[in-house]
Amino acid sequence: MSAPNEPAATRRSVLATGAGVAMAGAAAGLTYAGGTPRAAASQPTGPAAPPSSQKPVPFRGEHQAGIVTPAQDRMHFVALDVISKDAADLKLLLQEWTRAAERMTFGAEASPGGVVGGGPYRPPEDTGEALDLAPSNLTITIGYGPSLFDGRFGLAGRKPEALHDLPGFRGDDLDPARTGGDLCIQACADDPQVAVHAIRNLIRIGFGVISVRWSQLGFGRTSSTSTSQVTARNLFGFKDGTANIKAEDGQALDSHVWVDPSDVPGGASWMAGGSYLVARRIRMHIEVWDRTSLQEQEDIFGRDKAVGAPLSQPVDQRDEFAPLDFHAKGADGSPRIPLTSHVRLAHESQLGGIRILRRGYNFTDGTDGSGHLDAGLFFLAFVRDAHKQFVPMQQALAKSDKLNEYIEHNGSALFACPPGLGDGQDWGVQLFGA
Amino acid sequence: MTRSALALVPASVAIALTLTACGGGSDAKTADGKGPITVTANDTSCELDRTQAPAGTIEFTVSNKGTKVNEFYVYAAGDRIVGEVENIAPGLSRTFHVEVAEPGTYETACKPGMVGKGIRHDFTVTGASAAPKTDDAKLRAATASYARFVGSQSDALLARTTEFVGLVKAGKVDEAKALYPVARSYWERIEPVAESFGELDPKIDGRADVVDEGMKFTGYHRLEQDLWVNGLQADSSAIADQLLADVTTIVAEAKKVEFNGLQLANGSKALLDEMATGKITGEEERYSHTDLWDFAANWEGSKGAIAALRPVLQERNPELVASYDKRAAALDALVTKHQKGDGYQLYTELTPVEVRALSDALDAVAEDVSKVAGVVAAA
Repeated sequence: MSAPNEPAATRRSVLATGAGVAMAGAAAGLTYAGGTPRAAASQPTGPAAPPSSQKPVPFRGEHQAGIVTPAQDRMHFVALDVISKDAADLKLLLQEWTRAAERMTFGAEASPGGVVGGGPYRPPEDTGEALDLAPSNLTITIGYGPSLFDGRFGLAGRKPEALHDLPGFRGDDLDPARTGGDLCIQACADDPQVAVHAIRNLIRIGFGVISVRWSQLGFGRTSSTSTSQVTARNLFGFKDGTANIKAEDGQALDSHVWVDPSDVPGGASWMAGGSYLVARRIRMHIEVWDRTSLQEQEDIFGRDKAVGAPLSQPVDQRDEFAPLDFHAKGADGSPRIPLTSHVRLAHESQLGGIRILRRGYNFTDGTDGSGHLDAGLFFLAFVRDAHKQFVPMQQALAKSDKLNEYIEHNGSALFACPPGLGDGQDWGVQLFGA
Repeated sequence: MTRSALALVPASVAIALTLTACGGGSDAKTADGKGPITVTANDTSCELDRTQAPAGTIEFTVSNKGTKVNEFYVYAAGDRIVGEVENIAPGLSRTFHVEVAEPGTYETACKPGMVGKGIRHDFTVTGASAAPKTDDAKLRAATASYARFVGSQSDALLARTTEFVGLVKAGKVDEAKALYPVARSYWERIEPVAESFGELDPKIDGRADVVDEGMKFTGYHRLEQDLWVNGLQADSSAIADQLLADVTTIVAEAKKVEFNGLQLANGSKALLDEMATGKITGEEERYSHTDLWDFAANWEGSKGAIAALRPVLQERNPELVASYDKRAAALDALVTKHQKGDGYQLYTELTPVEVRALSDALDAVAEDVSKVAGVVAAA
């Protein structure tokens, strides 16, 4: 149930109804006018053990799925621009998206009978490539960019204060075609086809209202967001995000990930319980990296390559989750964890307690035309305030991180992901108010 | 068409199926009564208290007694949805109405968990057709109107191509270049009709890559290459003569075509597809870069077909017409923006932002046009 308070049916069902008027269904149009609450159980603050691929991840709950949900293996992310000038179009689209997203999360077609139910003369409302596939832990997470609140849609008064563009960072090489966007949709699933199907169908529902600005596929997770998962590796071959905030750490989530009501007073109160999403497309010069000695690779990260243990650990006692000892010195008196290492610069102890929830994905997008793969990390982080958390962290990294020789940031965006939806709620009313 | 097939199911068959359904179902009433039909849905069962109803508005009350979210569908042959109610939470019941105009055999389904084929039962719709009289006159008027459009465009195509061929043969390169996109506009407006003559189309409108299929590179685009890139060749006059002969043939054929409503609907969409795959990419007119002339002409042709169907669409789905009008106006405004003199800017003069704006507006209108065939077929 997506739009209980809306007297009108969704646009799609209105059209379907009209199209079939001679013979068939006024019913389709009436279906969504009733306003019966949805049955799905509310999602607890933190998810339990990762559900099997057969069992859907709950779509509704206190927070959106796809943030602390145990990171799925695949991702399709899309940034969109709104091309309609009509706020009503956008609100209606958000309601249609809620309905379709909830259905697809469940493993159902984007609309009832969407693949063949429209009969032979209409284009199918669901594109069909996920028809026989399991829910695959699909999560669909929506976010709104700063530009959405520029006054085109009467949303200026609802803009959260912390939702403004990220500053430039040293070494950035941002491509405008991979940066920004009025809104974003992140679809994660254990089956890539399920994630792509979700994004494709949501885009299709939006034609005439939105247009694709950029899109990113991630073929493998680089983060673990639950203690039930092993730490994944990035394309440099290192375990990434060992010290990530985990779903089980409720207090850290409240401090560092979820927007507190006191953060968003007044018109922006709709964002309480939400989270800011930072997206950075980080190109990795993997060919150069692969020619680097193991010693140098480990010094750059500050962890060993085999198990991901801090370099402060003695070689024979290496444990990924051992605490980092930044004071430990080697035989020559230099810090075992080098001063310019990634793990030191990004650590909360060096940043006044700042932490972030990372949820990134590895990508390869063809070639760079110079005989190399265009590969890297699609960095995604969820934070309570990007300007207080991600920005100082990235400024420290951009300034000193030895890793900078091997990477460049060429896409960037910030989105405000609203809180989860309760029974009967939809994204349109949530954003625009009733 | 599905509907006529259903309408032709003999009464005896319908009764037999009804009995089968009763035997397999619950205590279904055989009475062909009125009033709501009660559907009791469970995680593993789907029971209707009546499995037949007279044609017209049928009311169902679906109660979900199970533990899974449920849906209820009424299907015509081929799993075409006649009506559905989705998202019925456990413990709740929902009432909905479905219009079934034609008597015949249908199927009902509960879908516990929203996925799969669902729990099916046959359902019989009895009595006389409740369908409003199909307005055949309006559809006939639509196809006749479109045939006139094709006729006038064909005449202009022949006249302008004759002129163009004359200029090529006289070696008047500049004048031929000026006329080239104009003559092609008439072709582009009726392209789906022309393309239905499979052998002539690649001779007239093929691009250099037809050579890969063992054909000779002839027609408009060969002359385009000569005029813009290579200069007139020894065989340019012969190519021009052949073009005129082929166009003459296709024009005569096109004027004989009798259309039906579905062809108009599909033709209007096919023209938008042409724009999306060939014109907005700048690949059709790769030597002259006059793609925007083609783009505008395809668009005019698509509008021509929709305009012919308009009275039918307005009657059957005014919401679709309203949405189409809004989106068509947006595309019109963009196309107008790129007018230059009597024609259009070259494709190479467009910025990526301008190309994207055209593409966005085209996608929007194409979504609506893609629904037209369903509206036309519903009659």
